[in-house]
Amino acid sequence: MNPANYVYLSAVLFSLGAFGVLVRRNAIVVFMCVELMLNACNLAFVSFARIHGNLDGQVIAFFVMVVAAAEVVVGLAIIMTIFRTRRSASVDEANLLKY
Amino acid sequence: MSTLLAAAETSSSAGETVVFWVCAIIAVIGALGMLLSHKAVHSALFIASTMISLAVLYVAQSAPFLGMTQVVVYTGAVMMLFLFVLMIVGVDSSDSLVETIKGQRAAAVVFALAFAALLIAGIGSATYTALGLDKANTVDGGNVQGIAHLIFGRYVFAFEVTSALLITAALGAMVLAHRERHTPRPTQRQLSEERVRSGHAQNLPGPGVYARHNAVGTPAMLPDGTPTDRSVPEPLRGVSAVVGIDSEDTARVTALAAGGSVIPTTDEETES
Amino acid sequence: MSPFSGAVTYAADAVPTAAAAGGTFQLIALLIALPLAGAAILLLLGRRTDRWGHWLGVLASLSSFVVAVVLFFALLGQPSEDRTVTQHLFDWIAVGTFNVPFDLRLDQLSMTFVLLITGVGTLIHIYSVGYMSHDPERRRFFGFLNLFVASMLLLVLADNYLLLYVGWEGVGLASYLLIGFWYFKDSAAVASKKAFVVNRVGDVGLSLAIMIMFVTFGSVTFQGVLGSASKASESQLTWIGLALLLAACGKSAQFPLQSWLLDAMEGPTPVSALIHAATMVTAGVYLIVRSGAIFDAAPQARTAVIVIGAITLIMGAIIGCAKDDIKKALAGSTMSQIGYMILAAGLGPVGYAFAIFHLVVHGFFKADMFLGAGSVMHGMNDQVNMRRFGALRTVMMVTWITFACGWLAIMGIPPFSGFYSKDKIIEAAWSISPAAGLVALVGAGITAFYMTRLFAMTFQGKARWTDDVHPHESPWIMMFPVAILALLSAVAGFILAQGNAIENWLAPVTGFEEPDLPFSAVYLQVAALALVLVGAALAWIPYATRAVPEVAPAGNVLTRAARSDLYGDAVNEAVFMRPGQYLTRWLVWFDNRVVDGIVNGTAATIGGLSGRARRLQTGFARSYALSMLGGAVVVAAALVLVRL
Repeated sequence: MNPANYVYLSAVLFSLGAFGVLVRRNAIVVFMCVELMLNACNLAFVSFARIHGNLDGQVIAFFVMVVAAAEVVVGLAIIMTIFRTRRSASVDEANLLKY
Repeated sequence: MSTLLAAAETSSSAGETVVFWVCAIIAVIGALGMLLSHKAVHSALFIASTMISLAVLYVAQSAPFLGMTQVVVYTGAVMMLFLFVLMIVGVDSSDSLVETIKGQRAAAVVFALAFAALLIAGIGSATYTALGLDKANTVDGGNVQGIAHLIFGRYVFAFEVTSALLITAALGAMVLAHRERHTPRPTQRQLSEERVRSGHAQNLPGPGVYARHNAVGTPAMLPDGTPTDRSVPEPLRGVSAVVGIDSEDTARVTALAAGGSVIPTTDEETES
Repeated sequence: MSPFSGAVTYAADAVPTAAAAGGTFQLIALLIALPLAGAAILLLLGRRTDRWGHWLGVLASLSSFVVAVVLFFALLGQPSEDRTVTQHLFDWIAVGTFNVPFDLRLDQLSMTFVLLITGVGTLIHIYSVGYMSHDPERRRFFGFLNLFVASMLLLVLADNYLLLYVGWEGVGLASYLLIGFWYFKDSAAVASKKAFVVNRVGDVGLSLAIMIMFVTFGSVTFQGVLGSASKASESQLTWIGLALLLAACGKSAQFPLQSWLLDAMEGPTPVSALIHAATMVTAGVYLIVRSGAIFDAAPQARTAVIVIGAITLIMGAIIGCAKDDIKKALAGSTMSQIGYMILAAGLGPVGYAFAIFHLVVHGFFKADMFLGAGSVMHGMNDQVNMRRFGALRTVMMVTWITFACGWLAIMGIPPFSGFYSKDKIIEAAWSISPAAGLVALVGAGITAFYMTRLFAMTFQGKARWTDDVHPHESPWIMMFPVAILALLSAVAGFILAQGNAIENWLAPVTGFEEPDLPFSAVYLQVAALALVLVGAALAWIPYATRAVPEVAPAGNVLTRAARSDLYGDAVNEAVFMRPGQYLTRWLVWFDNRVVDGIVNGTAATIGGLSGRARRLQTGFARSYALSMLGGAVVVAAALVLVRL
């Protein structure tokens, strides 16, 4: 069992998450794709912790989780606020900062 | 001892391989499902499945604490938060399939594939020998203790900063979600005056008072026997089929209303 | 130039050692200061001096002449080897090793010129009092005349080339101001500009010469340059010589810079007499004779001088043959005679003295004839077309006699002045190169022809006057100077030739060698005289005895060419003017299209590019996310490639 397999999986999940950010228009789904990317990174960290034989990777993954949680809280609050004023949750609707 | 460990390695390695492949496939399917489903709620459920499979993978890699934290925090808290917001925003909000920005989809596919290919190439060019976490997990007396040792030891400053971040995030959410009242809060007297003026001063009966059926979607009947849509919660109104009304029960009620007795006759009792 | 056996040679030091000015010689600076003060007063005080300004001008010039005579006698009192005096006025330029003091040098050569300039100049000042009496700007005229005299004196008295250049430019300026004296006339304004510009081309030659001198010798003083001339390399000296020749061509109206002289006749006649006959145009000859030490060591430059002199000699003569304007005919004559002088100066020590001799007597008889022409014009209502003259001897007797003196002198009829100087030039030319001698000889014949034509058309034959002219003799104030000049034209040559007086006088400065002819000089003299008489007869018969057509006939090819100055102007226009105009027009186009195009085009390009670039700001967060992913792909690619 090649420990690199986990890292491959992490790379694939990360790419899928990036693709999702670019393609989906619903703000909440975009947010979910970002969470997917973060999870992929966590998987990579845990795999490297096992490869290197110390727990530092797991600690970092733990902190990533904390930060992701905080980020989700604030991000969803923002999306809700935008939704209240503009009655739309599409990321394409907020496009006034243009030429 | 080393042969035992080696044997343990191989046997655990075989089991680990199976776990890995199963969970990897579930994770990828979940990610794809999240990407490709139309409804946002479906996306949320797919990603929840991905996260759980990732939690299993964490456990498989000798990170039990992290696996449990993943389930509790991520799947339990974060995804539930997502679902709550989805409810507020509108559970049937869905994206149309048509892409409005020219070339976005094609470019996204290309870039994502390229990125994946580059990452895999980069990862593949390294050699890995897994040292394993057996020693790290036992040196402090367990995985949790080992992590605690690190968090409150070497990474205590990061820990303090992260906690400050959490406080800030909570404050921020409160500020953002707050709605300022523009009109004064209606007093109890105003509320009751409104209720009386509206025509039905008393509360609606609780669910099941006039229920003829278990389903929430089935409308209840009013005392005169007519079904009322008001007992059905709004999202379900007009959606669920109205269960057919038993005509015998309806006749009985009509008879009762006409002045018949409540106590059933013997032959009706035996029939029913 | 081979040494001559048996010839009397006064080998002069390249530069005789100069004595410092003391006693009488301290008056040298006055020579320049007096006319300069006159010019300053007349020009600065302006209209207040109008009533008496002309007399002040005459007085300034006359006093300068008196000082010149005093200095001349003082020089005569010195022994022959000690006649070089320098007067140091102040340190002008002292920069590191480059020292140019403001020094004046009085030696035999400059004394000759000083006497000529002040003497003839004063006579012409007096003449101008009468000639310009009807002109309201007479005072300004005398201011400019004084300015000219001062500058010319500075030119010949300077002890270094840089100071000479100052005088050179000064006379150029005076010439411009005086040719364009009647500036309201378009033709005069254009002519003065033309004179200045062509002179400028020559001035470049003088500047280059001074610069090469500094590089070669480290000094520009006569002592520094001419004293060390033998030590420099021949190529350097050749370049200096050619540059000096270019300067001389500009100032003396030699080929190829001769085009301005005929147009310069737009100025008042006294100007033509003083500047464009007697003095300024001889500055080139002075320059070459003064720089004899340089030319002695650069035979190629010397050959160039001879060639230029010969070409101009013939050219001027041919042009003079076809001109019907009396002043232009005389101008052609001036061009030709200065060609003689330049030719003589190019012959080396054998010819320097004769160049100066001819210069002096030419000053006399040419000024005489120009002033006579002025007198004729004065009587003929300022007409200049000789075809409308004729038979003026009957009404202008004094003018006729004085003009005849000049005419006989220029033809070289003995015992008039021109004979002594011109024949010596022919002899010297023949001794160096028979071709040059032949050219000079033929030129003498042509000179006789056109001068006789001029004289006959003006004074002889039948009257062809227009109805509005009533010719009369000019007033005595005009004829008095002319009479003096006529007298000098008659006798000066004879006097100066006695006992080789002028050659001996100049020898310490210029060196002197007798011409070495394979045959006796008498043959040449006889041949010259014969040619002159033939030429005169060829002109006398058609123009004095037969009727002269009042309208110029078509003439053959040569006549037409001569009437257009042998196409000198056409060549200048084709070679310099039109290409120059095209160049400037092309430069303007280039500036507008290319330079401005680049500048404006850069601005427009940047504006266009930024107009395109701003479309990247679509406002869609997903587009920005796409570019972020693209950047991440690039970074990942870079990392992967590096690791590979």
